[in-house]
Amino acid sequence: MSMEEKQNSQTFQDFSQSTFKPKTTEEISSIIKECFKKNIPLEVCGLKSKKNIGRNFQAEKTLDLSNYTGIIEYKPEELYIKVKAGTPLNEIKSELDKNNQQLAFEPVDFGPLFSGKSNEGSIGGIISCNFAGPRRFKVGSARDHVLGFQGVNGKGEVIKSGGTVVKNVTGYDLSKMLTGSYGTLVVLTEISIKVLPKPPSNKTVVIENPHLDKALDYLNLALSSSSDPSGGVFYPEYFREHFTFNDLTTEGPITAIRIEGHNDSIDYRIKKLCKELEVQKEEIVILEPEQSNIFWEKTRSLQVFSELENNLLRVVIPASEALEVINRLKIYKIKYFVDWGGNLIWVQLDNISAKTLRNIRETINKSFGYVTVIKIEESLKALVDIFTIDPIKYKITEKIKKSFDPKRILNPGKMYSGI
Amino acid sequence: MTSLQMPKVEKSIISNKEKIVTDISKIIKRDNILSHDDETKPYETDALAAYKQAPLVVVLPETVEQVSKILKYCDENKIKVVPRGAGTGLSGGSLPLADCVLLAMGKFNKILELDYKNKCVVAQPCVTNLAITQAVQDKGFYYAPDPSSQIACSIGGNVAENSGGVHSLKYGVTTNNLLGIEVVLMDGTITRFGGKTMDAEGYDFLGLMTGSEGLLGVITEVTVKILKKPEVVKAALVGFPTIEDAGKCVAQIIAEGCIPAGMEIMDKALTKATNDYSKAGYPTDAEAMMIIEFDGTEHDVEADMNKAKKIAEENNSSSLKISKSNSERLKFWAGRKAAFPACGVLAPDYMCMDGSIPRGKLAEVLKEISRLSKKYDLPVANAFHAGDGNLHPLIMFDANNEESLKKTEEFGAEILKYCVKVGGALTGEHGVGIEKRELMCEAFNNLDIQQQLKIKFALDPNSLLNPGKVYPILRKCAEEGRVHVHGGKTKFPNIPRF
Repeated sequence: MSMEEKQNSQTFQDFSQSTFKPKTTEEISSIIKECFKKNIPLEVCGLKSKKNIGRNFQAEKTLDLSNYTGIIEYKPEELYIKVKAGTPLNEIKSELDKNNQQLAFEPVDFGPLFSGKSNEGSIGGIISCNFAGPRRFKVGSARDHVLGFQGVNGKGEVIKSGGTVVKNVTGYDLSKMLTGSYGTLVVLTEISIKVLPKPPSNKTVVIENPHLDKALDYLNLALSSSSDPSGGVFYPEYFREHFTFNDLTTEGPITAIRIEGHNDSIDYRIKKLCKELEVQKEEIVILEPEQSNIFWEKTRSLQVFSELENNLLRVVIPASEALEVINRLKIYKIKYFVDWGGNLIWVQLDNISAKTLRNIRETINKSFGYVTVIKIEESLKALVDIFTIDPIKYKITEKIKKSFDPKRILNPGKMYSGI
Repeated sequence: MTSLQMPKVEKSIISNKEKIVTDISKIIKRDNILSHDDETKPYETDALAAYKQAPLVVVLPETVEQVSKILKYCDENKIKVVPRGAGTGLSGGSLPLADCVLLAMGKFNKILELDYKNKCVVAQPCVTNLAITQAVQDKGFYYAPDPSSQIACSIGGNVAENSGGVHSLKYGVTTNNLLGIEVVLMDGTITRFGGKTMDAEGYDFLGLMTGSEGLLGVITEVTVKILKKPEVVKAALVGFPTIEDAGKCVAQIIAEGCIPAGMEIMDKALTKATNDYSKAGYPTDAEAMMIIEFDGTEHDVEADMNKAKKIAEENNSSSLKISKSNSERLKFWAGRKAAFPACGVLAPDYMCMDGSIPRGKLAEVLKEISRLSKKYDLPVANAFHAGDGNLHPLIMFDANNEESLKKTEEFGAEILKYCVKVGGALTGEHGVGIEKRELMCEAFNNLDIQQQLKIKFALDPNSLLNPGKVYPILRKCAEEGRVHVHGGKTKFPNIPRF
């Protein structure tokens, strides 16, 4: 018996189980090799915080990475952390806290939406789904922070790309490719991520009672100014109950812009920003750091959709299209809020049909954007497209999928039928 | 490497030259096809000028449809295609092949849209990097990645190579500043990856194409994001008595939460050479000289600069000068930017290496380079983008002396291997091209390379688009290792030794 066979037989005394919880890369590799040999599709998951996002699909067995955890290496002065894919984000955050560092892209917490309480998920899941929070427009998305990875492809081969340094152009940049691929290309095992210092402080300028068009103008101006904001949202009036801060007196809609940095600099930039936006002192409220943190935490974790029973769409568009898109979607009786300074709209719909969704998608596509279905009633899930793709990209996607996972073993159908 | 194997030359393609020219002249104007030796010769090399090979023909398409038809024609007739932007690449990425159609994108040179509302610029691929900044600077915007060749290099080439620059710690490299591309695949398919939105849905083909060195598709349009210019930019010029002190200073600045816009270190040899060359006022007695640049608001810059000054002093800095004006700041940089030509004065030739290392390993790596310099008896000077760990050792030699050249290549390869050994990368920003192809197996094992090749074959099954670049030709690391071809049998006959 070769070393490899010996290893497989050791791992697979019990291949009959329906859920595997491997603890080592070797185990993950041998499970996938076995599944490849026997044509067994696998559902790959971490902490299941985003399990409901994506299409439903049939998988005979589950590869659960929740026992595959741990920080492999953390070098604060080199600005990176290398972790095992199943590591909970909370664990990573508390480690980074010790050195006043963070994952700057603010991963979205979908816990409140799906379960009513925070569930940050595992780092593997965060990278696989590529959802960045409010700071996206300033620092980039999850994909911009992945420096390298090791993973197991659909044949059970352990492969790697990238490394731990920021500048690396050796070979294709597969780290980007895997970010946002929903576990359909490889099972991530080790991930190296760029970390950055936490800003010393932050404050938020809240402009009360703007109309939508004015609010979008404010956001656009703020993002174009050298006051360097790191968050820009608009909440309509119906979401105001979620933001009961002492200083916020009126009940109308709000535009909020976050400024981070040294205290002196924040105050200076706020003054400058208000001048650029031509808003008077009495039109704004400044949230001090503590309240500001709460505000953005609520935004990052989609608190306004906590335990939402209805449907939620994520609409990404060029900022210039935001006003028209929102106005067009109003006929569907939506509730929404605007994030990323006008580049992202979270859209809640009480009622939806496959036809409505198709129409909405058409509207958004015409505005050069796209729609991802985040939450939809189960009865409709099999009938609608969760992600958008055109025929040419589908063909390319199919070829790329085949190059990593020729037998379609890893999360088959999670993103698109046939992929 | 001096004895570099290139893809087999198809004699049937070469003998078919006239027919190929006639066929392509049905797609583009005959004037846009260069087929005479005198016309193709100017395209025989890029900025890795030691390697030369004129292509079979040069074609200069003007529209994306023409690019598509040319690629489809070449795909169907199994003709190799080498894409070329401005030809400023340092790793031989657009070195032609004797039997290739060189797809020169020079006529794609227009800026198509300045979109301030979405803070982006749409440009054709042969617009220069600097032209993008110039087009938006009157409105106070700029394009962040600034490779040193920015005056000449094309934005399409920047995408193909994922170019960096001196500000990439804070502002990222090309891939972090790119929103979308239009691309043509080898089979002629025209498609778009990304657009004006932040993040596209589905597999990140934009990320895959960026830095793929022209092996996966030909870029015909680029959308990049632009940033508002910072209010204040200041630089400090700091001297250190040892490289270790400079290295520690870098680590401490970052550990204390400062992210400078740029942070550059030069060793004594380079400091002296550049100072003699550009009269930048550098502290020539220092063993290491550092430029630290901060940008932002007056408050931010002052606070960060004070912190950096304190840290530099704690790490034994021997001199420290903070720029009092923008012209003084630019003078600080002028020396650094003249580092390469300055080396040209010291020796008949120099070879610029491009490894990435963890910042904390700088002293160790420089010590090793200095040991190797003695071993090979070749002088070396070092420039280091300390902010992002990108090291450029400049090995000085005489190309007319074949022995000296061979030694230089070995020396360079040993440096890059050492970079990988300490946790870095073979190439930080110049690309693999042909220059570092044989070293790929130092960074990747066979399975890693095979996976990358499978992606290549998924999009270009006949391996016609820029073949012979990036990946070792024999495909398996175990077979190739660091190849030295013996007996000249498989050598690419038209590449001269230099």
